[in-house]
Amino acid sequence: MKHVKSLNKPMNSNLKKSGCGECQTSCQSACKTSCTVGNQTCEQNK
Amino acid sequence: MIHQYRNNGYNIVMDVYSGSVHVVDDVCYDVIAKLNGSETEPTAGTLKETGVKDQLLQSLGNKYEASDIEDALSDVIELTEGGQLFVKDTYECMIEEVKKRKTVVKALCLHIAHDCNLACKYCFAEEGEYHGRRALMSFEVGKKALDFLIANSGNRRNLEVDFFGGEPLMNWQVVKDLVAYGREQEKIHNKHFRFTVTTNGVLLNDEIQEFVNKEMDNVVLSLDGRKEINDQMRPFRNGTGSYDLIVPKFQKLAESRNQEKYYIRGTFTRNNLDFSNDIMHFADLGFKQMSIEPVVGDESDPYAIREEDLPKIMEEYDKLAKMMIEREKEGKGFNFFHFMIDLNGGPCVAKRLSGCGSGTEYLAVTPWGDLYPCHQFVGQEEFLMGNVDDGIVKPEIADDFRSCNVYSKDKCRNCFAKFYCSGGCMANSYNFHGTIHDTYEIGCEMQRKRVECAIMMKAALAEE
Repeated sequence: MKHVKSLNKPMNSNLKKSGCGECQTSCQSACKTSCTVGNQTCEQNK
Repeated sequence: MIHQYRNNGYNIVMDVYSGSVHVVDDVCYDVIAKLNGSETEPTAGTLKETGVKDQLLQSLGNKYEASDIEDALSDVIELTEGGQLFVKDTYECMIEEVKKRKTVVKALCLHIAHDCNLACKYCFAEEGEYHGRRALMSFEVGKKALDFLIANSGNRRNLEVDFFGGEPLMNWQVVKDLVAYGREQEKIHNKHFRFTVTTNGVLLNDEIQEFVNKEMDNVVLSLDGRKEINDQMRPFRNGTGSYDLIVPKFQKLAESRNQEKYYIRGTFTRNNLDFSNDIMHFADLGFKQMSIEPVVGDESDPYAIREEDLPKIMEEYDKLAKMMIEREKEGKGFNFFHFMIDLNGGPCVAKRLSGCGSGTEYLAVTPWGDLYPCHQFVGQEEFLMGNVDDGIVKPEIADDFRSCNVYSKDKCRNCFAKFYCSGGCMANSYNFHGTIHDTYEIGCEMQRKRVECAIMMKAALAEE
C-alpha cells in the first residue's frame, strides 16, 4: 500500500482469546490511583 | 469506530474494534475522515460503489491529485477487506457473559500499617490513617487475609499481595513473617504468591533491600521528581524535605534489581504541571522504570488538577513523548508506565471489558481485617464488604462493582480509548460523582492523551 503503514495486525484473534484470569491486577503494579489495562501483559504470552 | 489524530507529524488512524493502528499520509487521512463522516459506516462493498469515488474526488479534488485520491481509496478498501478498518463492534454482545462471570479473588492490598513517617500534603490516606485511627496489622490478621485469599481464589494459581500503607516498612517484621507464611502455604495449596511493596523509602536499608530483592516481584518507590517539587509535597512531619534521604536509597535499590521490576512512582499536582521535567529528572538520576500520576484530591484542594489545567497537561505529555523518543534513539531509553502499550498482544477481551477488578478480584484489607473494594475506598463505611473472619458479608457490593464496565457507561461506550483503560478508576468516579457508574472526565482526557502519545511513539520508533 502506498498511503498506509500499519503498525500491527488486526487484534481480533487476540481480543477474542479470553479470560484465564491469571494476569496481573490492573492497578496493583504501579499506579494505584488510575486504571490502565492496555499496558498489561497477557500471562499466556509470557 | 475510527479515531484519527495528528501528533508530532504523524497521521494516525485507530480502528477501535479490530485494535488496528495505521500511519497514513495526508490524502489517505482526509479520505478516511470523509468516509467516516458519512451517515452509515462503510463496508468493503459500499466503498466500491462508484458514487463513493466520485464524492471523494468532488470534495478533495481541489486539494489532491485525482490519482492519489483513487489510490488512497484503494488502500482503504484493502484495509477494510482485511478486517483492519471500519470493523464492527463484536464485543458488546459478550458483555452479559462478562457480567455473569464467576470471579475469584486474586489480589489483596494489605494495609500493613495505617501510619506513616512522612506527612505528604495530598495523601488520600490522610497521612496513613484513612479517616480512622493509626494501627499496624498483626501477623494474625495478615495470616487470615492470606488464608482468605487462598480459599477464595478458585483455580487461579498466581496470587498477588501488595504490602501497602501508610508506610509498610513501619511494620516490617509482620511483612517478613507474612511472606514466610505465604511461601509455606503456596506449596500446600499449589499457588504462587507474587508479593509487592509500595514504600516511601525512609526506612529502607541493606537488610530490607536484600529481602525485597529475594521475595518481591515488584517494588513501587514513591518520589515526586525534582528536589523542590518532592520536598514541597512530601515532607517529614517536622516539615523538612525527604528527597536527600530517599533518593540514594532508591538509586541503590534500582541498581540492585538490575533496573527491572520496580517503579519510581510520583504524583503530580497543579504545583508541577511541568511534570515532564520530573520524569526527565528521574531518568537523569538513572532510573529506567517510572510512573507519574495525576493527584487524587477534592476540587477545593489548592493543588488539585482543574479542567483549566488540561491544555498544559496535554502539552506536557506531548513534550514527554518527544523527549522519550530522543532518549530512545540515543540508547538511553526508559519506560513510562502510562506510555507502555502492546499493540500486537496485550490483555484479552475479558480483561479489557471487565476493568481493574476492584471489589471482585481485588480487595483491600485494613490493619484490623476489614475488607474494602480497593485501597481508595478504605474508611468509607458504605463500602465495607466484610472481614477476614467472616469473608464477604455484603456480596451486593461486589455485584455492583462487577456490573460496571465500558458498555454500562455512555461516556465509555463512545470513547476510542475504552479498550485501553477499560472504564477508568471507579474510586475516581465515586469521588467526583458519588457513584462508581460514571467517569472522572479530567482523568479520561488525560488517559486519552496518554494512549495517543503511546501510539505516536510506536509510529516514530517503527521508523528506526
